[in-house]
Amino acid sequence: MDLAYTPEQEAFRAELRGFLVENLSGQVREKVRLGKRLTKAEMQDWHATLNARGWLAMNWPREYGGAEWDAVQRQIFEEEACRAHAPRIVPFGLKMLAPVLFEFGSEEQRQRFLPPILSGEHWWCQGYSEPGAGSDLASLRTRAVREGNHYVVNGQKTWTTLGQYANWIFCLVRTDPDAKKQEGISFLLIDMDTPGVTVRPIVLIDGAAEVNEVFFDNVRVPVENLVGEENRGWTYAKYLLTHERTNIAGVGFSDAALATLKHVAAHTMAGGRPLHQNPHFAARMAQVEIDLMAMRTTNLRMLSAAAKGQAPGVESSMLKVKGTLLRQELSALLRRAVGPDAMPYLPDFLDGGDNADPLGPEHAPAAAPEYFNMRKLSIFGGSNEVQRTIIAKSALGL
Amino acid sequence: MDFGLSEDQTMLRDMLRRFLKDRYSHEARRAVLASGQAFDAAMFAELAELGILGAVFAPEHGGYGGAGTDLMVVFEELGRAGVIEPVLGSAVLAGGLLTALDAEGQSEVIQQVIAGQTILTLAHAEPESRYDLNHVTTHASTSGGTIVLNGTKAHVQGGAQAEILLVSAREEGEPSDEHGISLFLIPSTTAGVHCHSHVNVDGTSSARITLEAVAVDQSQRLGPPGQTYAAMEAAHARATLALCAEALGAMEAAKALTVEYLKERKQFGVPIGSFQALQHRLADMLIEMEQARSAVINLASHLEADRLTRERHVSATKNLIGRVGALVAEECIQMHGGIGMTDEYALSHHARRLVMIDHIFGDVDHHLDRFILLSSGPETTGNSADAG
Repeated sequence: MDLAYTPEQEAFRAELRGFLVENLSGQVREKVRLGKRLTKAEMQDWHATLNARGWLAMNWPREYGGAEWDAVQRQIFEEEACRAHAPRIVPFGLKMLAPVLFEFGSEEQRQRFLPPILSGEHWWCQGYSEPGAGSDLASLRTRAVREGNHYVVNGQKTWTTLGQYANWIFCLVRTDPDAKKQEGISFLLIDMDTPGVTVRPIVLIDGAAEVNEVFFDNVRVPVENLVGEENRGWTYAKYLLTHERTNIAGVGFSDAALATLKHVAAHTMAGGRPLHQNPHFAARMAQVEIDLMAMRTTNLRMLSAAAKGQAPGVESSMLKVKGTLLRQELSALLRRAVGPDAMPYLPDFLDGGDNADPLGPEHAPAAAPEYFNMRKLSIFGGSNEVQRTIIAKSALGL
Repeated sequence: MDFGLSEDQTMLRDMLRRFLKDRYSHEARRAVLASGQAFDAAMFAELAELGILGAVFAPEHGGYGGAGTDLMVVFEELGRAGVIEPVLGSAVLAGGLLTALDAEGQSEVIQQVIAGQTILTLAHAEPESRYDLNHVTTHASTSGGTIVLNGTKAHVQGGAQAEILLVSAREEGEPSDEHGISLFLIPSTTAGVHCHSHVNVDGTSSARITLEAVAVDQSQRLGPPGQTYAAMEAAHARATLALCAEALGAMEAAKALTVEYLKERKQFGVPIGSFQALQHRLADMLIEMEQARSAVINLASHLEADRLTRERHVSATKNLIGRVGALVAEECIQMHGGIGMTDEYALSHHARRLVMIDHIFGDVDHHLDRFILLSSGPETTGNSADAG
């Protein structure tokens, strides 16, 4: 047993660090560091920068323009990117749709849809959840009816992350209403410029509109946009949920959040001493750090097991639950650390206004919105309760 | 990066697991407990014969292991079976100190320890020391060529079985100084040594040892006078790893019983494992057990690191094991219901050991506090990414 990185992996890390220093703009780095909201252009620019280096599609095969990194390399990238306050990579096209196309799509679909993901021409979003289909995703009701060479789609998706920026959406739609609910679902690719598609933003608890409702009103989708076979979409969706989720634990995010928290706690006076000397606060902070030290190894162990082809399902459920709880705890600690300065809601500052006054320490304005935003972690991607049921059923052989 | 075991380690694990499954059944173990001795001499000899004691010593000391991962493998299996014999106290803790401080001079004793012919124990803790390694009031005064020891040692693991005691005593300084602590090798039959043995809640045994004008000579001193603290701390790091790995084994045993029970036990006409309330308790426990295993791997991988890094991992791991150990004990009992509390059923034995492990070498609070202290140096790394 050996926890050390190989010299090649260390060299890779050093190369990443150098790249991040040279290629990440100071302005964007500062926005990410302070929890400010990025514009569409800033996210796209970062994608373009990575793509120019061949590092955008880290999990894709080289022949399709990917970096073909292994699990450890991807983990190192996540750590370094978070440490450098780089924007996160928008995952929908790169990490969610692409693996499905590689596994179940046609070569024609790969040739048609993969290059625009790299170039940024297509911004994908995910059309899974519906108002009546959350944890029970398979009960979804958006209908797709075959009419000649088209499917006609009617229904509604919701919680569509960054859908306001997207021009394509991959959807689970019901193609056979009479089959058992998992067996009548298909995986459909829909151009959002098609007549009948309407996007409506949902303002959330943090004041931002990160998610959307997407409505489909007699939307005509060419049949060549069906991935795999009709009525097999549930299989493809499940594949997505258990594969290619190397970053599900969010260790890089947690590392960065802990570093910020430690910095703030060392520079915030509370009761005549730095906050990190308050024993109650220090104890909660240390507890998270200890859990995170173990989490890092849990993550690497499970990545290493997955790389050897051992059942990835339960592992990703475990990482999801523990990883999200840690990130939530870190966000709660930062909110408490900034004290009364967590109160003011400052959208101008959060949207990146250069002259906006934070009315307190620089980390204060985003602390409470971020804390509230982090509630999503234990809800989306299969709620933590759904994950627990998966874990227990696997252990019990049910 | 590699999380696998070597071929030798896999063989050792499988062999030990098979042996303990056959020979260290819950019934056999309870018979030993009922004898009141907390020790089965024949079993201890067999464990030595299998090479279990040798596996915790490095080849240059006559063993055939000694790395962190070797300790992990051995003690996880001992914990799974609930072995009460003092492998840890004799071979890892006291034996580790012998190899660290005078491997050459003590090679004969070390060989006897590996062979199971001699049992050692470290008599270090005192009634007032709680979990502080630096707290020593037992006094060593030199007059002429003779050293005279006076004091009381507490919670000496396997004290009743030990033929040789490693006694710490202060030659200089205040009760909590790291400097000034010496170690002496003393046969337990030496005049003035009084051993009062008692069983512990978890079935192991310890002793309170009083030293009344115990006369020793210079040749019995182990290591440099007054300068054994660093070796003591390093030996406790190894012993803590062994103890935490033992906890992993106990957790695995408790989990296996619980999973089995959830499938078999029926209430309201269905197996209780079909209830989501219990499924989610089980899931949370399994997640924390993975964290516990990672924490033990972390410590095993940092035993040879610089002192600060190593000790941060000691405290991080012991804190996490303490928390998860109690969680597993409590949750497994709860998921079983009343049967989990009976002495007849193995779960209650694993639960007792898991909880008592938190009372050895420092509990969750002690190590959380210590972790904070060790992390508060001038501008620490900020996050744990560098510690990987």
